[in-house]
Amino acid sequence: MGIEGVGARVARKEDRRFITGAGRYVDDMVVPGMKHAAFVRSPHAHAQIKKIDVSRAKAMPGVIGVLTGKELKADGIGNLICGWMIHSKDGSPMKMGAWSPLAVDKVRYVGDAVVIVVADTKGQARDAAEAVDITYKELKAVSDASRAMDKGAPQIHPEAENNLIFDWDIGNADETAAAFKKAAHVVKLDIVNNRLVPNAMEPRAALGHYDRAEDHYTCWTTSQNPHVARLVMSAFYNVAPENKLRVIAPDVGGGFGSKIYIYPEEIVCLWASKKTGVPVKWVADRTESFLTDAHGRDHHTHAEMAFDKDHRILGFKVETIANLGAYMSLFSSATPTYLYATLLSGQYDIPAIHGTVKAVYTNTAPVDAYRGAGRPEAAFLVERMMEVSARQFGMSPADLRRKNFITAFPHQTPVIMCYDAGDFGTSLDMAMKAADYAGFEKRREKAKKAGKLRGIGFSCYIEACGIAPSAAVGSLGAGVGLWESAEVRVNAVGTIEVLTGSHSHGQGHETTFAQLVADRLKVPMDSISIVHGDTDKVQMGMGTYGSRSGAVGMSAIVKALDKVEAKAKKIAAHLMEADEGDIVIENGALKVAGTDKNVPWFQMALAAYTAHNLPAGMEPGLKETAFYDPANFTFPAGCYVCEVEIEPETGMTEIVQFVAADDFGNIINPMIVEGQVHGGVTQGIGQALLEGANYDASGQLLTASYMDYTMPRASDVPSYKLSTSSTPSPSNPLGIKGCGEAGAIGSPPAVINAITDAIGTEDITMPATPNKVWAAIRAAKH
Amino acid sequence: MSQVSLTVNGRQVSGAVEDRTLLVHFLREHLGLTGTHVGCDTSQCGACVVHVDGKAVKSCTMLAAQASGSTVVTIEGLADGADLHPVQAAFKEHHGLQCGFCTPGMIMSATDMIRRHPEGLDEATVRAELEGNICRCTGYHNIVKAILAASKAMSKAPKGKAKKAA
Repeated sequence: MGIEGVGARVARKEDRRFITGAGRYVDDMVVPGMKHAAFVRSPHAHAQIKKIDVSRAKAMPGVIGVLTGKELKADGIGNLICGWMIHSKDGSPMKMGAWSPLAVDKVRYVGDAVVIVVADTKGQARDAAEAVDITYKELKAVSDASRAMDKGAPQIHPEAENNLIFDWDIGNADETAAAFKKAAHVVKLDIVNNRLVPNAMEPRAALGHYDRAEDHYTCWTTSQNPHVARLVMSAFYNVAPENKLRVIAPDVGGGFGSKIYIYPEEIVCLWASKKTGVPVKWVADRTESFLTDAHGRDHHTHAEMAFDKDHRILGFKVETIANLGAYMSLFSSATPTYLYATLLSGQYDIPAIHGTVKAVYTNTAPVDAYRGAGRPEAAFLVERMMEVSARQFGMSPADLRRKNFITAFPHQTPVIMCYDAGDFGTSLDMAMKAADYAGFEKRREKAKKAGKLRGIGFSCYIEACGIAPSAAVGSLGAGVGLWESAEVRVNAVGTIEVLTGSHSHGQGHETTFAQLVADRLKVPMDSISIVHGDTDKVQMGMGTYGSRSGAVGMSAIVKALDKVEAKAKKIAAHLMEADEGDIVIENGALKVAGTDKNVPWFQMALAAYTAHNLPAGMEPGLKETAFYDPANFTFPAGCYVCEVEIEPETGMTEIVQFVAADDFGNIINPMIVEGQVHGGVTQGIGQALLEGANYDASGQLLTASYMDYTMPRASDVPSYKLSTSSTPSPSNPLGIKGCGEAGAIGSPPAVINAITDAIGTEDITMPATPNKVWAAIRAAKH
Repeated sequence: MSQVSLTVNGRQVSGAVEDRTLLVHFLREHLGLTGTHVGCDTSQCGACVVHVDGKAVKSCTMLAAQASGSTVVTIEGLADGADLHPVQAAFKEHHGLQCGFCTPGMIMSATDMIRRHPEGLDEATVRAELEGNICRCTGYHNIVKAILAASKAMSKAPKGKAKKAA
């Protein structure tokens, strides 16, 4: 490891622009002639649109255009789609209702876009939006997923009878039933995984620019995957053919999944730019973000686990209702199925599993992948179940887990996944040691004397990252491949540009990707630039989500580097009249091993481009491309221990200690990996203690601002104790597993296990607010 | 319309703005100083913090007209030419930022916090003082570390002269 190479804590190359205010986000973009958009949105959760009168709005100062869904449809703009086909148990395809970018006949959730207003200033657009007169006929609404299939519940889409989108299952029902018949103990649990709003700090934004002379569109958008946005807008929404549409995702202020999807606003801004003849920019305010960003989680689950008399798990039976909201967002169907139920085996050797998932429509914002996406729901269920079971058996929660750990790899679970590497016992040992588990009872006693309730909770999570390979996900219904591309360009002066299909929106790719290249080609980090986020520069890519940029994106760079290195060595060998096999790369030069003969890197690069003296038949230049499709998912895993102190009089929970022991395989930059864990754990603590998107029965979102939705603040969380171990992933050339989501996946059960341990209650629903904790303490006492 | 005239990052600026124009919009849209961000509508997130007459202020909570006659420093005006301010340098060194969106507000708040605590800072104080700044990426761990390090570095620096960043 060099000071800049793989494994080094290199400070980030991209930081300077962010700390000096020179970052360039979509809202910072200014195009000549640019105007501003505001959307008129439904105030009702469910209503028929009787009449839209735009005459008053059109007459307002500064207004350039007021456009409706009817006009959009007349221009042939398509409906939004879900790109992952799920089939129900009975073999029928999922029942997807129509989602028009601007609602035409009906609105289905509060925030549904109906009209776009374009005006000279943002203020004028908003004023005019208020002057659009829409007559609605209100309909009965349903927001609670567990009530969506009730008799008499309102029918949201004609395509989905009883609001049921699919009734899917995984695993083996008969084997699981047989396992339960043999059981000495059966533990049952009903769990709600609370609905969350991702809340990237940068609100979503879009700037659409139609160039009439070229008949060409440019879209600046807050996207985690601009190439997918271009593909989908071109192939399904009829915005423009791909060669006539450029999508740019510049600096993006966080995503956490919510910026994967193609939303109505970017489509409508592009279309409105053509209609009005001006570039159109829209930036969400925070309440619009709360109302319309895809939400996360929202599962209702009943689960039963069967154990033998020695407390070994025999079977696991899970029934989940997943709320997908009013429309099916881009990957919404995959989240509660292949990203959730495939992880129901957790870290445990479970011979039989059967999971069913019913996905339903409700009159709420669309629900899709949010940091962890299905895996937090699985980890929460499995790890709550293990803790509750241990308490029922009077066993140490660590011992029950250890007894059931998978210890041999590869391990085929009954729910598709084949875990290829791991060492769960080591993570548990490391976490228990770091948390001083042995000293806990003393700390509990001390807290008791101070009038506080102290509790400790474990979570031994596993997740799956870098969804792959493409052929496998295709067979499960994915509409896209999940490979990644890379192009390594060595310039004539030896500097290097790496074009990647991954997209950084906080992950630090400009640093870690450059570290990888510096380590391999032995050139300074300063001479390497990472290019991403622009479909005119990078040919194709699948973007960043699912902790895939290391395992998949960097592996593609490795494959391109293999080709670059091979050609560079050929050129150097030719220049030095040496054997290609004797060339080594060291310290900015290509050398003949064991001699002092060398060609500096830049000289080799120049030779590639002057092409005066290249090996016979070699093409000039030095630029290589690779597409990398991994052999398997990767399986990050670890153990988190949370220790809480609760003030019984107020129900206030303080997290006094949080320990994370993760196995991410090989690590490129530990500083960046730690940052990912800090952020993920904080989001998980937010879910456990503070956050919840609450709709009332009429479908109004009660938590639509930072005054109502509690974001974790600095004083809500402690400093974290982190450690890592490594069982490298055998599925990619770097042995990387991914670290972006682990924190958010592993932490909620640890927190809730700690709180229930402190109070002595079986369950408490998330978020465990002071009110709920206080009530639970009172209930436990009486 | 209101006529406003103020000093921003050492430069005298003036202009005619709609009465309802917020300071943050004046900075971003009239002056092109897009380092100051808007992350919410309710003065909670702190992405828009700037210094007005030496104090940290949420520029989404002040009309441009109210700032007329004031001296404003934004994130773009914090560094001394090519030399980073010690708080900026500490955020980089301690990885106190990821997506960078909340960062300008965080740095401007932190700078004011350090100024108000010449006696030095501890972790609990930093966490409590960050109540008005939300970050979704970092979990605050490294932001707290960076602010404590900057506070230490600045208390060692000769008075009135910020220590040059590494």
